[in-house]
Amino acid sequence: MTPIIPTPPAKRQLTVPTVADLAAQGKVPEILFWVGCAGAFDDRYKRVTRAFARILEHVGTDYAVLGLEESCTGDPAKRAGNEFLFQMQAMQNITVMNGYGIKKIVTACPHCFNTIKNEYPALGGEYEVIHHSTYLQQLINEGKVAVKGGESFQGRRITFHDSCYLGRANNIYEAPRDVLAALDADLVEMKRSKANGLCCGAGGAQMWKEPEPGKKDINIERTEEALATLSGQAAALDNLRGVETERAAPGEHSLQGSIIAVSCPFCMTMMSDGMKNKEQEANVQVFDLAELVASAEGLNA
Amino acid sequence: MLQPILFALLLLAAFGLFAWQVRKIRANILVGRERDMSGHAAERFRKTLLVAFGQQKMFKRLTPAFLHLIVYVGFLVINVEVIEIVVDGLFGTHRFLGLLGPLYDGLVAVNETLGALVIIAVAAFWWRRNHQPPVRRFTGIELRAWPKLDANIILYVEVVLMVALFLMNSADLKLHQLEGKFLPGAYPVSHFLTGLLPTDKGTLHLLERVGWWAHITGILLFLNYLPSSKHFHIILAFPNVWYSRLVPQGQFSNVESITHEVKAMMDPSYEVPTPPVGPDGSALAPTPFGAKDVEDLPWTAIMNAYSCTECGRCTSVCPANLTGKLLSPRKIIMDTRDRVEEKYNSPLIFQPNIYGEEAKHEPVTDLMAATLLRGKVTPEELWACTTCNACVESCPVNINPLESIIEMRRFLVLEESAAPNSLNVMFSNIENNGAPWAFSPSDRLNWADELYVAEKATV
Repeated sequence: MTPIIPTPPAKRQLTVPTVADLAAQGKVPEILFWVGCAGAFDDRYKRVTRAFARILEHVGTDYAVLGLEESCTGDPAKRAGNEFLFQMQAMQNITVMNGYGIKKIVTACPHCFNTIKNEYPALGGEYEVIHHSTYLQQLINEGKVAVKGGESFQGRRITFHDSCYLGRANNIYEAPRDVLAALDADLVEMKRSKANGLCCGAGGAQMWKEPEPGKKDINIERTEEALATLSGQAAALDNLRGVETERAAPGEHSLQGSIIAVSCPFCMTMMSDGMKNKEQEANVQVFDLAELVASAEGLNA
Repeated sequence: MLQPILFALLLLAAFGLFAWQVRKIRANILVGRERDMSGHAAERFRKTLLVAFGQQKMFKRLTPAFLHLIVYVGFLVINVEVIEIVVDGLFGTHRFLGLLGPLYDGLVAVNETLGALVIIAVAAFWWRRNHQPPVRRFTGIELRAWPKLDANIILYVEVVLMVALFLMNSADLKLHQLEGKFLPGAYPVSHFLTGLLPTDKGTLHLLERVGWWAHITGILLFLNYLPSSKHFHIILAFPNVWYSRLVPQGQFSNVESITHEVKAMMDPSYEVPTPPVGPDGSALAPTPFGAKDVEDLPWTAIMNAYSCTECGRCTSVCPANLTGKLLSPRKIIMDTRDRVEEKYNSPLIFQPNIYGEEAKHEPVTDLMAATLLRGKVTPEELWACTTCNACVESCPVNINPLESIIEMRRFLVLEESAAPNSLNVMFSNIENNGAPWAFSPSDRLNWADELYVAEKATV
């Protein structure tokens, strides 16, 4: 008797289209997927890029990536004060994108999003730029993604960590929360959230340097808040500083299976490092919105 | 006849002195670099109405918001009475607004109620600042002797002004009661205070005059104290909100001189506009990239410094400060005001920035060397910033500490090449690999290798 081997689910290999390939066929993609350096090189965030590409393919988006023609937007250089390097990068990217006639851009990185949307126009790069949280929200609202058929998140506790460059920098607070609401999970808010959200500690080029001397690393401060929120430890939340509007702590809950949702590659790194520091990586996972949607939709293969 | 003349002279001196002080502050603000903040009047008007008049951003923290609202409304309404005092003082009339009849009853009643509430609110403010330990944002390295004293002086003066108001009203009321005369106005608070006063008519008349003169002289003195104090925010909050940025907070300013250079590098035919020349046609000294001293900041940043009431909301939400780093956005704003007053026009009464051993800074001996950057703000503070905009978001009067931080970082990087070494590595990675990490650009599409998607019928 040979055991019955279940047939593997049908899967399809993707060839991610590049703008150059399409241009050779005389085509311009409706939407450029700006991958960003973290999305292209950081092992953890590559999984987010892959998840988002699966979603784009799944809904049949007319998209392409710049591939090897993409270069750093210049955001870290500008935040660090190197305006010269920033403008060099910006103009190089603008020349490439304008050359291909790009009109609309989606990106999973709030830093790339902010820079291209707000700082490229002064240098001749005018595009409609949307962050993937807004894009995912639109797909869900339009019914193109049902957020069903894959992993269920019912009963799992999720808290969303606001990215500064999405939130305060660009006033996008609801789109990522709407996306998470579609998962049917147990959503809880940290005390320092939305406009009062606490930075993960990596913005402003901090990602590439050691922090200045202090009492604690910022990502540890944030990790402690996230863990106390997910497990509902009201006492730990009472002592938080920098809270502008008080909110009641969520009820007690096991940390097992909890999720910190992020929408930024730097937040991803900082929160994941925080989980390792607190030795909670077996209990609490850090996921990007795109990964959660791709899992819930059952697109992973 | 003597009183109106004395009063007219006092009024003239007070407003003249105030105007003279405001001119100095205006000159200080204008040493900043030009920045075009014109246009968008409707949007600016809306913002000023909401944020400045409406105190929208104060209401993120309810307790101080309500206390502050009492003092703010008290200030606005009680100042209607100042108009009456001025007219009475100049023309020898007595409560001339009494001709408004029932409306005047309402006005005085509201004034008295607010006056009492102001005393309660000010007591609460004093407690929040002076009990041990005080509210955390009223502590910090930048809150040394002078800023702490200044904050308390403001509270004491407000109480004195209210007490003078009640002395004037209750003595006036009692005098009229004893003489069986009618006094216009309704006095819900002074009504209860008359019992505390003597019954001698001469003394009552004297007390009424003492209250009257103390109230108006106090207000005029306070007016001239404002330019030396953090309390100047009651005036500058309004223009500061009006001229605050309308673009998304994540958008940092563009340096146009660099844009010309980069464009010329990429396209040799690009014509760089000729730099401005002095009145005699000679070339002006080139302006540095970024900010080393106050005059390198945009003028709006110096106005920010004069609008700051040192409440510390910015510092209390700063992630770097929360985790024990040296950075405090409030300190950068206060340093800016100290520096501009040290280098250009100083305030009238005394020079708070070089006031005593416990001053905010050590007394400055070499003014030229003590530039804002390094003289007051250290690179360690600047490099601790995550540019998260929490300080900008939290400021009730739309001060932008982040902009000054970035301007000073620009000077460090572009003029001094003084970035931390790890950031220089990041810069050269971007230059060489087009990414802030040392990865090969040819690996940029590797993420797409072996990528599969589950086949599902699209919904």
